[in-house]
Amino acid sequence: MTKDIVIDKINEFLVEEFEVDQSVIKPNASLQDTLELDSLDYVDLVVVIENNFGFKVTGDDFKSITTYQDFYDLIFEKVSAK
Amino acid sequence: MRRVVITGMGIYSCIGKNLEEVLHSLQNGLSGISIDPSREEMGFRSRLAGLVEEPDLKSVLNRKQRNTLSEEAKYAVVATEEALKTAGLDLSYFEENEAGVIYGNDSSAKAVIDAVDTIREKKDTTLVGSGSIFQSMNSTVTMNLATIYKLRGINYTVSAACASGSHAIGMGYQLIKAGMQEMIIVGGAQEVNPLAFGSFDGLGVFSTREDDPKASCRPFDRDRDGLVASGGAATLIIESYESAMARGATILAELVGYGFSSNGEHISNPNMDGQVRSIRMALKGAGLKAEEIDYVNAHATSTPVGDKFEAMALREVFGSKTPISSTKSMTGHECWMAGASEIVYCLLMMQHSFIAPNINFENPDEVSADLNIIATSKEVELSHIVSNSFGFGGTNSTLIIKKV
Repeated sequence: MTKDIVIDKINEFLVEEFEVDQSVIKPNASLQDTLELDSLDYVDLVVVIENNFGFKVTGDDFKSITTYQDFYDLIFEKVSAK
Repeated sequence: MRRVVITGMGIYSCIGKNLEEVLHSLQNGLSGISIDPSREEMGFRSRLAGLVEEPDLKSVLNRKQRNTLSEEAKYAVVATEEALKTAGLDLSYFEENEAGVIYGNDSSAKAVIDAVDTIREKKDTTLVGSGSIFQSMNSTVTMNLATIYKLRGINYTVSAACASGSHAIGMGYQLIKAGMQEMIIVGGAQEVNPLAFGSFDGLGVFSTREDDPKASCRPFDRDRDGLVASGGAATLIIESYESAMARGATILAELVGYGFSSNGEHISNPNMDGQVRSIRMALKGAGLKAEEIDYVNAHATSTPVGDKFEAMALREVFGSKTPISSTKSMTGHECWMAGASEIVYCLLMMQHSFIAPNINFENPDEVSADLNIIATSKEVELSHIVSNSFGFGGTNSTLIIKKV
């Protein structure tokens, strides 16, 4: 899976799951702020990642995530390692 | 002690998705019972059910609010939206005034079972998602309503089997009467999915008259063969008379009596004594004699044993003249919701001066023959109404409303 495909897939499920407009999703934007994520939402983010990519992201993984780009990089790294 | 009045009501049931539709069904004796084919695959004895559609709340609530709603909590939101509207209330009122919530609910089976299925399949608890725990607890309705409507007063759920909704109203009544709360959102909710009713069906107490679903639920009739489970939600806004007057609210009725008792005997079989004590306690609290009651909305679910004991209790307290009907003949048994929805049905009857019929009452049995069962819709002024609710474990609740 190429990185572009991974990014498209992520953007698609974030728009669907978190009901945000596609326009708020920008590589350097804050994931937490734009999606208004609280502690419960991170649980749902784990679920939606598992449903779409078949692996589980842990709480520690999220510690390094600030922007969408960080998020894309993390998921692509895990997809590539599969 | 203060007076307690009802200023709002809302309903979402198998005989109508709002007050207008429900009124039409009650006036015309329309049954909400149908067949749920999925119950056959699951091994149910009976496919009969009072089904309701799961509402789409996207236009009412945001994603976070919807994420924690169980099936029955969704119904409760719809009923509460209507109740707040009829009471002339919106979110801004609750920002400035303390109000509480007490709701009757005694299961959230689908949410629990779905979560366990996921954990068994995935071997991972996180993957049930964040909303699951808030959908799974019996207090799912009150925890969601309290956060959606920013309520800052009393906040708890009453679990008392098929009397849950009635006791919830009774507890709210007591708190306002005692001066501890000014306004409380009260009600009852019931999930309708098959997972919630499998073990109940297994007791063999559901009607199997599948060839004629509309005739299956026939409380007090000689040929009744069991209840039909249904659900939805009903909400009432109750407040002190002073609160209602101060905000210029329209008073729908006054709550004047709450009686309760426990049979102290069998876990599923009723007895007459407990029911009589509950009714008499409510009458005493209201300062009313039995002959002053214009109509009794019976608990009667259409089971051979249950209806017989209630008929005996009603004969003991009211004699043979007081008009009686069971709206469950149309709605089926709304279980945890029934005690609240039946107050909504009674309020509609009081407002529109009629008694909703006990449909399918064709032939009395040896006990119901002594009662004044109203089998067809009847126009009559109603000043005082008694509503009974009884449940497993021998819990009994009786409410009395009065026209103001």
